[in-house]
Amino acid sequence: MDLVTPGIGLVFWTTIIFLTLLIVLGKVAWKPINNAIKKRSQSIEDALNQAEIAREEMKKLQADNEKIMDEARAERDKMLKEAREIKDQIVAQAKSEAEKAAAKVMAEAEQKRDAMMVAAMADIKNQVLDLSIAVAEKVVRKQISTTPEQEMLVNDLVKEIKFN
Amino acid sequence: MKKYVWFLLSLCVLLTFAMPVCAQETEAQPQDTAKQIEESDEIAQNIAEPTEEPQAEAAKEEKFDVTSLIMGHIKDSHVWHILDYTKEENGEEVEVPVAVPLPVIVFANGHLDFFMSGAFHHGHEAVTKGDNTYILANDKIYLANEKGGLTFKNGEETTAMEFHEGLEYLEANATAEIANETPWDFSITKNVASMMLVSIILLIVFISFAKAYKKNPGRPKGMQAVLEPVFLYVRDDIIYPNLGSKTDKFLPYLATVFFFILFNNILGLIPFFPGNANVTGNIAVTMVLAIFTFLMINLNGNKDYWHHTFWMPGVPVFVKPILAVVELMGIIVKPVALMIRLFANISAGHIIILSLVSLIFIFQTIAVAPVSVIFVLFMDCLEMLVAFLQAYIFTMLSAVFISLAVAEHKHE
Repeated sequence: MDLVTPGIGLVFWTTIIFLTLLIVLGKVAWKPINNAIKKRSQSIEDALNQAEIAREEMKKLQADNEKIMDEARAERDKMLKEAREIKDQIVAQAKSEAEKAAAKVMAEAEQKRDAMMVAAMADIKNQVLDLSIAVAEKVVRKQISTTPEQEMLVNDLVKEIKFN
Repeated sequence: MKKYVWFLLSLCVLLTFAMPVCAQETEAQPQDTAKQIEESDEIAQNIAEPTEEPQAEAAKEEKFDVTSLIMGHIKDSHVWHILDYTKEENGEEVEVPVAVPLPVIVFANGHLDFFMSGAFHHGHEAVTKGDNTYILANDKIYLANEKGGLTFKNGEETTAMEFHEGLEYLEANATAEIANETPWDFSITKNVASMMLVSIILLIVFISFAKAYKKNPGRPKGMQAVLEPVFLYVRDDIIYPNLGSKTDKFLPYLATVFFFILFNNILGLIPFFPGNANVTGNIAVTMVLAIFTFLMINLNGNKDYWHHTFWMPGVPVFVKPILAVVELMGIIVKPVALMIRLFANISAGHIIILSLVSLIFIFQTIAVAPVSVIFVLFMDCLEMLVAFLQAYIFTMLSAVFISLAVAEHKHE
């Protein structure tokens, strides 16, 4: 029976010791320990979150880089294309100008040739006229008194001379 | 989980084998069964004294009083017994106990008396302070009667006799009950001293643990790394699942309860001097702890809790008073169950270990020693588990009961 009868002294001391422990440990141990552990887990969580954010940003940056690269590549292609176009244009222009110049030169040459031909023809005509006149002179000198048929004949002859 | 079941099963098997052994031994000495003597050395000393009945004495010497040894250990004591040694004195072998005397603080007849328990000389002398004479018998302090001796309430009649004769009478009669008045005993007993030691250990350990966070707020190191998982276990696995957002409010109480019980249990398992006190196996200690839990439950109980206790919603009106009675009983039964569970578990552990060690002395042969040692080793391991388990259960159930009292119910 003694075993299950609580002694007043032990009850008293247990109460005092336990209350002291409760108050002292609560103040100097449990609260600071709990707060320190909480603070640490908070800082770990923050670090993880920040890492996650950094990773996201990294991804975004990489995507941006890719985009910039693509744009640069497109720009380059465009520039190359334009350059080629300009080149073609310049070549075409040069060609057409050269052709024009050549045509002009040809036309001028033809004109010149024609003019020369006309001049030569006129010259030949004049010479033929002169020759004819000389022939006629000779004929006339010989047969001045001859018949008008002869004179007609000379005229016909002169007419028959063509400038070609 | 399966492992635990096997563990418990093997414990049951062991207990069924161990119990008959103890029972037989106690049956074998019916006269001594109810005898409660503080130290075995006291018996030895008595044996050494010549008495009128040499036959009875011889029989006594043969038998080893297991019950008194175990009860002496399980109960509180006014001395902290360390060991006994034998020395030759006048040609006779005398056992000399080595024990730490503890302060005795008693209040009787309006006087508060203070002296060391060594003054009792292990119960062989009475101590007189002013008008009061104190006698230490069966580990309890009594006030001497008018004749300066013990009075027995012995069935039909009350016998008064001189002090030494009284002690002898107590030795010889197992059923004798002392009828003397008892003073208010506020002594620093073995359990109180052990508890104080545990408190000092707890304070040193946990204050340095808390300080470690100031120095090293990052990854825990050393002692910090040992204690942190235990602390986190208490916080996250015992308290949080029950109390949730109210964890921080009840953490100081529940953590103190857990570590107080745990450290007392473990110190009680150490078989030599600074340990071995049966603190958490003492009903007074468990009662105080249970009262604290009772107060924590009922002082923090919210409106819903009291509503559910006295006028249970959602049941027919005629059932409500019946349920109120049941609930009121529940309020009392909860802490009582906590008190008895802890007390019985820890006491039982100590009793089993002591019984196993006593086997050597009961059979009076060293041949039993290896068996005893193996069983005690096994029991010590088991008791280590029980030390944690009981601290866990007490804390867990306290948390559950508190959570029931502070829970927010959702009604339509």
